[in-house]
Amino acid sequence: MSKRKRIKIGREKLQRIIEMCKSVEERSLDPFLIDVDEAVKTIKEFFPEWEIPEDLCLDAETVYHLASVIKLQSEWVKHRSTSLYTDPFLLTEKLVHIEKEEMVETFLKAWHPIVEIEQISLHSLAEALRYWENLLPLSERWQEFQPSEIRTSPATREELIRQRILREKAFSEELESFWQELKNKVKEKGVEGKIRYWDFVGAETYEETVHRAFLTSFLVTYGYASLEIQSLEEEIFIKPNEKPAAKTRKKQLVSIPIAVTTEDWTKWKKGELR
Amino acid sequence: MRRRKGYYASKMKRAVHLLFYKRHTKPGVKGWELRKALGADYPKVLKILDNYLKALDLQVKTVFEGEKPVEKPTLEQLDKARFYITLRGDLTPKEAKMIGWRIDDLAGLAITIAYVISKKGKVPRKEVEELLRDKLPGWKVGLNVDRYIRYGYLTQDENEQLYLDWRTRAEIDQKAFIDMLLSK
Repeated sequence: MSKRKRIKIGREKLQRIIEMCKSVEERSLDPFLIDVDEAVKTIKEFFPEWEIPEDLCLDAETVYHLASVIKLQSEWVKHRSTSLYTDPFLLTEKLVHIEKEEMVETFLKAWHPIVEIEQISLHSLAEALRYWENLLPLSERWQEFQPSEIRTSPATREELIRQRILREKAFSEELESFWQELKNKVKEKGVEGKIRYWDFVGAETYEETVHRAFLTSFLVTYGYASLEIQSLEEEIFIKPNEKPAAKTRKKQLVSIPIAVTTEDWTKWKKGELR
Repeated sequence: MRRRKGYYASKMKRAVHLLFYKRHTKPGVKGWELRKALGADYPKVLKILDNYLKALDLQVKTVFEGEKPVEKPTLEQLDKARFYITLRGDLTPKEAKMIGWRIDDLAGLAITIAYVISKKGKVPRKEVEELLRDKLPGWKVGLNVDRYIRYGYLTQDENEQLYLDWRTRAEIDQKAFIDMLLSK
């Protein structure tokens, strides 16, 4: 069997395990319907085949769902060992055949309703009277609102920019100058033609940092730059391309989420984050 | 001796005010609230009150965090627990009617609770409605389940799964109920 075909079969098998686990989790089916040993064997069998991140994620997801089912199995065993456990089938049979009156009689013997009182006290009455005395009449509280006359006139381009309805530069222009900035920064501070992600994205304010991260994501998507992730060191670098790289269909595009949180930004400001 | 008696009598009064009158959206008082109002010896005050309420067929009911009752609770567990005043004995069907429950609705509640318990505390709403539809008119079934949820006997998640909620834990002796049901 070719490697490609084996990978395809492996994916299908993992998907099937995930679906089975999900149906047990969501529809509260008997968790022992799933043969965990068999599922683990399948996961193990196909693990050496996984190379791309998507397949590794699928593998991790399968393990996660299987772990949830094992948790449900342990809860099931715990429940069976408690004194509250009753055979669901036996109980359902009873519930179907029991008379309404008999059911109510049984229930009433085990039901001890809460006693609650809602009553106004003299103190609250006095308090309410005091409030009423101090309350202004509606005619004074809801005085008619006279709207002031507003003159209308056409807005200028500067005003629209100030109100952030229009942008100062077209987005493509902004992206081009941002690319230029990246190139300059790499020349100044970069090593081997690349710069640390946070050293490029980080700015004086958090808002500005988020804006820069937003633009950076477009630089990468449109091929102006590429990301280099060193998983072991947990470091991300950004590398400007000399020319925008054309999109190629041969390679599968991968989305990489990078969190830009206030905590990370604060750490970066303190020099604690690379 | 008399001074000590007076001390507990005034604390008991305060406890009655707190426990009987509904102060939040849910009835009952948290242990830490009682500690704040009655002092560190509030478990003793509640014990005296519980003894006093025996004659009136009422009791102080403690519902601990989590599902299970605790045999010898620590102070921390008591602080996190919720305390209610509940009926000690049981009601007759006639009395139940007088406090606003129709026999159909009560039977529906009993069936639902028993069914959820039998399914380990979690059951799809559809299954419950199907079971109720056998003996209750269809239009009433959904309304009744909504009512049980509103009262706090049941709760429902985003997948329309039903679970037992705070009021069931506070009011119903689940073990006694199931035992009685199975011995029928």
